[in-house]
Amino acid sequence: MTRWFQRQMFRPTFTVVAFFAVIAIFFYGSIGWTFLMSLTKSSLMPRYDFVGFEKYADLMDNKRWIVSCINMVVFGALFIVGSLLLGSILAIFIDRGIRFEGVFGTIFLYPLAISLIVTGLGWRWLLDPTLGIQAMVRDMGWENFAFDWITEPDRAIYTLVIASVWRSAGLVMIIVLAGLRSVDGDLWKAIRMEKIPQWRAYVQVIFPGMRPVFASCIVLLMSEVIRGYDLIVAMTNGGPGISTEMPAKFAVDFFFSRMNLSLASAASILMLLLSLLMLAPYLYSEFRRRD
Amino acid sequence: MSSPANAAAMPRVAVVGMYAFLIVSALFFLAPFLVILINSVKPMADIRSGNLLTLPSEITFEPWRIAWSSACTGLDCSGIKPGLWNSILITVPAVVISVLTGALNGYALAQWRSRFADWLMLFILIGLFVPYQAMLYPTVKILSGMGIFRSYTGIIFVHVVYGLPYTTLLFRNFYVGVPDEISRAARMEGASFLRTFWSVILPISTNIIVVVAILQFTGIWNDYLLGLIFAGNDNLPMTVQLTNIVNNSRSAAEPNVNMAAALLAAIPTLIVYFVSGRYFVRGIATGAVKG
Repeated sequence: MTRWFQRQMFRPTFTVVAFFAVIAIFFYGSIGWTFLMSLTKSSLMPRYDFVGFEKYADLMDNKRWIVSCINMVVFGALFIVGSLLLGSILAIFIDRGIRFEGVFGTIFLYPLAISLIVTGLGWRWLLDPTLGIQAMVRDMGWENFAFDWITEPDRAIYTLVIASVWRSAGLVMIIVLAGLRSVDGDLWKAIRMEKIPQWRAYVQVIFPGMRPVFASCIVLLMSEVIRGYDLIVAMTNGGPGISTEMPAKFAVDFFFSRMNLSLASAASILMLLLSLLMLAPYLYSEFRRRD
Repeated sequence: MSSPANAAAMPRVAVVGMYAFLIVSALFFLAPFLVILINSVKPMADIRSGNLLTLPSEITFEPWRIAWSSACTGLDCSGIKPGLWNSILITVPAVVISVLTGALNGYALAQWRSRFADWLMLFILIGLFVPYQAMLYPTVKILSGMGIFRSYTGIIFVHVVYGLPYTTLLFRNFYVGVPDEISRAARMEGASFLRTFWSVILPISTNIIVVVAILQFTGIWNDYLLGLIFAGNDNLPMTVQLTNIVNNSRSAAEPNVNMAAALLAAIPTLIVYFVSGRYFVRGIATGAVKG
């Protein structure tokens, strides 16, 4: 027995087991618990009288939930496309040995150091019709100029897109830039010999060869979309009305201020399933590549 | 040059277009920060008579003073100062513990030979993408049971545990590349697993320690949701206090104070960004391509 212990002293097994236990309890145990709560009618406190998937059906009848989901899809699509476009263009330009590369790089990346709360507040002030861009243009003489998206229920969601592209484009830029810098030099030589125009070279040759790079960008951005909470709270707080509500905020609100534990749990479980669904192709290809 | 045609070889029109795009982008990225900076030193009269994008008629640090020590976060009017102290008390221990546990687990995982190793990796990788919402409520319950809900210990604990998959993977990926001879030599000398980790492995891990510490510092300092739920009213971090100040009806009339408060909350991570430069970028690039 003592020899067994002595041997263990030299092995990583204890640490691995302890680590595994913590993850199992706090991540997977919590998820299981949340799932159980989603099958009950718990409101203020957890009560374990199971009613099956009733709360999931309730969600589908809940207007705020439906609006939240639609918003997430619209926001997510625009945000991901916008970040990929801007980030890739910036990466291409930086890759060409521009002047002041360091200065530009610093400017494009600093938003990543700033919290989503400050990001949201900054854009909220900048887009405020009575104080920000609209007021400036009007003060310059264009009295009828309007840029009041943040107060328009139909348009407010686009202001969230602007702010999140602002914050995440730098991330895409860094990842794509790393990808561009590892492109084989011979490929560029061949492209020059064939006299293919530069923009076509990127669209048809270089970027298709960087598929894994873009895949990890998209996975990353999607997980930000599903988790998105802070930015909404700081910028629009879900408004005007419920026009910028999203699932992450729905769940937190129903857990902690509206006290409907079962509904919030059901919403969280759906969010988790969506994350896994998005992640599955990525994980599959990762693990297949390793084998 | 193995890279694409650099700026010198491009047609003149293309070069001008490229720099124009870069400069417009730079303005887009700088705008929110400049607006916050300019208005935080602007007298209220200027804001009332103009808009956020005009330059101040005189520079005043009064808004900074108010934001720091007398702005109201509800009934309490002691500015954002207590939030700074709370954020430091939360972030510093959480980063230190995160780095140490992440390094230990990462090393253990890298050393652990087992047919379950791949499954454990998958288990952790999924943990990275679980939306917090699916774990929050059970975590509240577990922490209440442990008697540390709404305390410094509680919020630090949550930051460390929720960050475990991330920190562990970053360190593991680093240690997989460290030659096994180093560990084996230490073991031959009779050093136990922990001893080897502490005296041999940690000292050669400076680079990855700096990267993980920067990522964790930025993430924890900028966190809003976990601080709001787990820190308790007396220990609220700066991000939460900032939103309380901004959403307080009394301070709604003083955008310049709000902006000074936002800047105060953003300064620590901005300093880290500017001081650590290359490390920060490398951290994002390694941290981004998870797995």
